Amino acid sequence: MKVAANERFSESLFCLKLTCEEALPEMRPGQFVEVRVDGSEKVFLRRPISIHFVDRQRNELWLLIQMVGEGTRQLSQLRPGDTVNVLMPLGNGFSPVGKEGERVLLVGGGVGIAPLLEYGKYLKENGAQPVFLLGAKSENGFVELPLFEQYGPVYLTTEDGSRGERGFVTQHSILSREQFDRISVCGPGPMMKAVGRFALKGNIPCEVSLENRMACGLGACLCCVEQTVRGNVCVCQEGPVFDINDLSPL
Amino acid sequence: MELKNPVMTASGTFGYGTEYADLIDLADLGGIIVKGTTLHPREGNAYPRMAETAQGMLNCVGLQNKGVDYFCKHIYPVIKDYDTNIIVNVSGSSIEDYVECARRIDELEQIPAIELNISCPNVKQGGMAFGVTTQGAASVVKAVREVYHKPLIVKLSPNVTNISDIALAAEDSGADALSLINTLMGMAIDIERRCPKLSICTGGLSGPAVKPVAVRCVWQVAKAVKVPVIGLGGISSVEDAIEFFMAGASAIQIGTANFIDPTISVKVAKGIGKWLDDHKYKDINEIVGAVI
Repeated sequence: MKVAANERFSESLFCLKLTCEEALPEMRPGQFVEVRVDGSEKVFLRRPISIHFVDRQRNELWLLIQMVGEGTRQLSQLRPGDTVNVLMPLGNGFSPVGKEGERVLLVGGGVGIAPLLEYGKYLKENGAQPVFLLGAKSENGFVELPLFEQYGPVYLTTEDGSRGERGFVTQHSILSREQFDRISVCGPGPMMKAVGRFALKGNIPCEVSLENRMACGLGACLCCVEQTVRGNVCVCQEGPVFDINDLSPL
Repeated sequence: MELKNPVMTASGTFGYGTEYADLIDLADLGGIIVKGTTLHPREGNAYPRMAETAQGMLNCVGLQNKGVDYFCKHIYPVIKDYDTNIIVNVSGSSIEDYVECARRIDELEQIPAIELNISCPNVKQGGMAFGVTTQGAASVVKAVREVYHKPLIVKLSPNVTNISDIALAAEDSGADALSLINTLMGMAIDIERRCPKLSICTGGLSGPAVKPVAVRCVWQVAKAVKVPVIGLGGISSVEDAIEFFMAGASAIQIGTANFIDPTISVKVAKGIGKWLDDHKYKDINEIVGAVI
């Protein structure tokens, strides 16, 4: 695919917008892609990146990426016109709309907000009501908030209180003020566990999107396994989205 | 057993072929060595099971599979009609396990061969333990040979002092072919967290980083034995494959490279013929063992 744009939001967050000549394939929100990092001595494997947004009009696939190591640093250097090899779409994706008008709370932390934009768009377009609850360390951890706001109300928490309510997402007042039919969450492990516990306590269906280290992305190498009630399963193939009841007790 | 071309996919890197069926035409392969299969189901080792390294990766999957009965009942019917050789990699923690697993696979008409894995470095019992001594290799190969009636490939470990001795022991005990190398035992440490990167500390190294070791092993073994040698270890291009042929391999397997490019095995299979044409060779046998 060709790089159409590479937008830098902060020191560590950037958005790659990729395009290609043929129409992008069908993709479900919550699925991911595996990007090959070419021309690097140190980086060997592809990098799994969740689908942030699919712009059908421009035929663009957006990947919101946080620089965490050499692979993502190399990707951050890509410039418009460069080409990248992308394996896609992979994984199962978030649940489809269950019932008309259902209120779905989308909880994201850090770069875990990435898959929630596309999911929010899908939910809104299909008659559900997405509500976003996003958490970050401080206010510069949030990007593209106006895009999220197109699809539903956005509530924020920051650890330092610089934007939204101070604290973690699980401490936000929206959780005690409003009712939700189900929750989808993507973010750091401790945050997902905390949200999972909240959901279990309130008897609210909840699914989480995991990001275990992967190699093949196709369910062949069995490296990215997560322990579930069905035993070890590949996050790349049977996930990355899991019902919390299928995972090991929180 | 005949291969339509000398390129197969290595066990543990290609699932059961089904995982790649949307991406390539499996009929373009000489064969698929399916995931290591054991008598009883195995959950494998805990996560994390993989660490990326310079030009390679470490894994400690630990032979996760649903067992031979599940394979026979649920997987074999799906893959048996693929237009390529489906070879089952058989592993175990005791000789009895290997024998029983091989016996059940012997009954599957459309499995033309098995690859006996005496070289997995990631299981506590069995696995590599059989592949690091001549007596161990001989005992398991002999026992399986008695119950398995089709071509028997034995997969060797590079984690030994003298791989030719193990190869000779396997050959003398009835192996019809040898495949090598399995992964090299390795380790990586997360220096920030002061802990190993893999759940069981050590794992098997694969990828381009191991290729020179693999070429050396193939060369040593091909000089020592009469049975065909199947070379693998870090192959990710036509040129890599040619090196293995010249070292004495008459066929090759592609493993870790499948993770980087799922179409690589077909590309290499198609590219070998062109390479031979370009270099004015009429037959691959003109280069097999060229440097021995």
